[in-house]
Amino acid sequence: MKTTKHIFLALAITTVLFSCKKDPESSTPTGSGGTTTTTGSLSLEFENMVGDSELVLTTKNYINQNGDTFNITAFKYYISNIKLTKSDGSIYTESNSYHFLNASNSSSLAFTLPNVPYGTYTGVTFTIGVDSVRNVSGAQTGALDPANGSFWSWSTGYIMVKLEGTSPQANTTTKALTFHVGGFSGTNNVLKTVSPSFGGSTANVSSTVTPEIHFKVDIAQMFKSPNVISFNSISTIHMPGANAKKIADNYASMISVEHIHN
Amino acid sequence: MQNKLAYLFISLLFIWVSACRVDPNVKVKADLPVNDIRFVVPSGFPPPVYNFSGNPLTTDGFILGRALFYETKLSKDNTISCGSCHQQFAAFSHLDHPLSHGIYGLFGTRNSPALFNLAWKNDFMWDGGINNLEVQALAPITNPVEMDEDLNNVIIKLQNDPDYPTLFKKAFGSETINSQRLFWAFAQFMGMLNSYNSKYDKYTRGESGGNMSISELNGLSLVRQKCTPCHQEPLFTDMSFRNNGLSINPNLLDTGRMHITGLKSDSMKFKVPSLRNVALSQPYMHDGRYLTLMDVLNHYTSGIHNYTTLDPLLTNGIILSNQEKQDIISFLQTLSDYTFINDARFKDPN
Repeated sequence: MKTTKHIFLALAITTVLFSCKKDPESSTPTGSGGTTTTTGSLSLEFENMVGDSELVLTTKNYINQNGDTFNITAFKYYISNIKLTKSDGSIYTESNSYHFLNASNSSSLAFTLPNVPYGTYTGVTFTIGVDSVRNVSGAQTGALDPANGSFWSWSTGYIMVKLEGTSPQANTTTKALTFHVGGFSGTNNVLKTVSPSFGGSTANVSSTVTPEIHFKVDIAQMFKSPNVISFNSISTIHMPGANAKKIADNYASMISVEHIHN
Repeated sequence: MQNKLAYLFISLLFIWVSACRVDPNVKVKADLPVNDIRFVVPSGFPPPVYNFSGNPLTTDGFILGRALFYETKLSKDNTISCGSCHQQFAAFSHLDHPLSHGIYGLFGTRNSPALFNLAWKNDFMWDGGINNLEVQALAPITNPVEMDEDLNNVIIKLQNDPDYPTLFKKAFGSETINSQRLFWAFAQFMGMLNSYNSKYDKYTRGESGGNMSISELNGLSLVRQKCTPCHQEPLFTDMSFRNNGLSINPNLLDTGRMHITGLKSDSMKFKVPSLRNVALSQPYMHDGRYLTLMDVLNHYTSGIHNYTTLDPLLTNGIILSNQEKQDIISFLQTLSDYTFINDARFKDPN
């Protein structure tokens, strides 16, 4: 009888404790049917540089290809739709793959892709910017939240790459540089899908290794080639169009693989 | 021992019951009737562009959206709401205001448009700059001459409000307030602002209250002949961007659609507004330059300015006699939807 009461009490307490809680996230085994796990992780790290110098916001001056002096007060960009190519030719695609990288927030510059199948990876492909679909799909959250500040309110669309700073050569009264580069449709499309070469290296995902791919993001390249940008002629871009496309044609080659840790 | 256990169980049961109940003392801004929150495609209307897929319409979502629409905390100095410039009695336009009127007494550059049948629009604003109903509200909230507020500040203010966490929980399942939920709620309210019960609608549906006078019928026939395809039924707009021959306002120098596309060929083109509720929502045109419908008709008959981007349909203006103008105005008044502007569901709940 006493045991029954105890069971009854235990049941009552359990009911109270768990009645209002949502179901806990079911822990999904990565392998099917209870087999051993076959996926690991892979990290991507983006190092913002200007030429060979590490980016230092605001306090450091740089010189662009045209010879103009400038500093950088903000540098923010989107990386989306990351795909990894395995040595056997198969491709891993990150789901909901949108990353907002902000130079003033170092934790945003490195992230880890989970559930990457074990194997030897020989290449990576991603888009600098946010694909056109998400530019027309209404309210978004996470990396794509307009509250991050890289979204045009008056002409819907993401600012794919944003650089702000100052230059004595700028043609603005405040000497401000404002490069808000965006545009996702038709002739104004600035989306650049790139595949920075691993240069013969591989990233080997296994149960014991989470490879780290280190990218160099060379901001100098935004103003370098094929279009040399003079800040006296272009110091403000705040809508899609020909000037935004010039910068985008340049930044298409700003990201390279520096090295891979295995 | 048995009694103690019984007491313990009863008190635990009580905790369990009360823990799962929403506190009835939380004041919820939802005093007005909200029965029947369903999206209706009126007979004769095309399928909507915005169909709430991905943002399922619920009564609680609508109530939250309505609270936000009338919420002055959305503006930087907490003085104006969306409802300040979008008044229900004026079909959610700003009566007697040629240009939108923001905080600090600032004025915008365009006439605050009427809001209805938004789910059928493929883009928004006079220049079509916004491509989805869900992100429309961001523009007036952040525009320095409208509400001039930062999205993150809006969210903080709502989080610190005694009512909003509860309203968000009812609408979306948890008290989390973020911009996506904010915009979803807005879209639920704005997507419900639908006007399809004017005298004209009753006439086309053969319902009672739809008896049109000879003058009104003549006006309808004239609109069909002379005002289409721009003001195409049943929405009374073809959603296109056109230069309708307005002289450029030297103080505003508004290039319209070109502001968005950057194309010279789009200079001074603006979205064709619907004629529905037009008699309720003066003044007219993107800069509110005309006070009366007669002014508007006089523009089309004798005021067209011939810029290079002028719509070819208006090269020679529109030829109308004085009687025809009167008949058109009679007809336009049949497009006033008094059911819509008096619908208690859409009123300010405060």
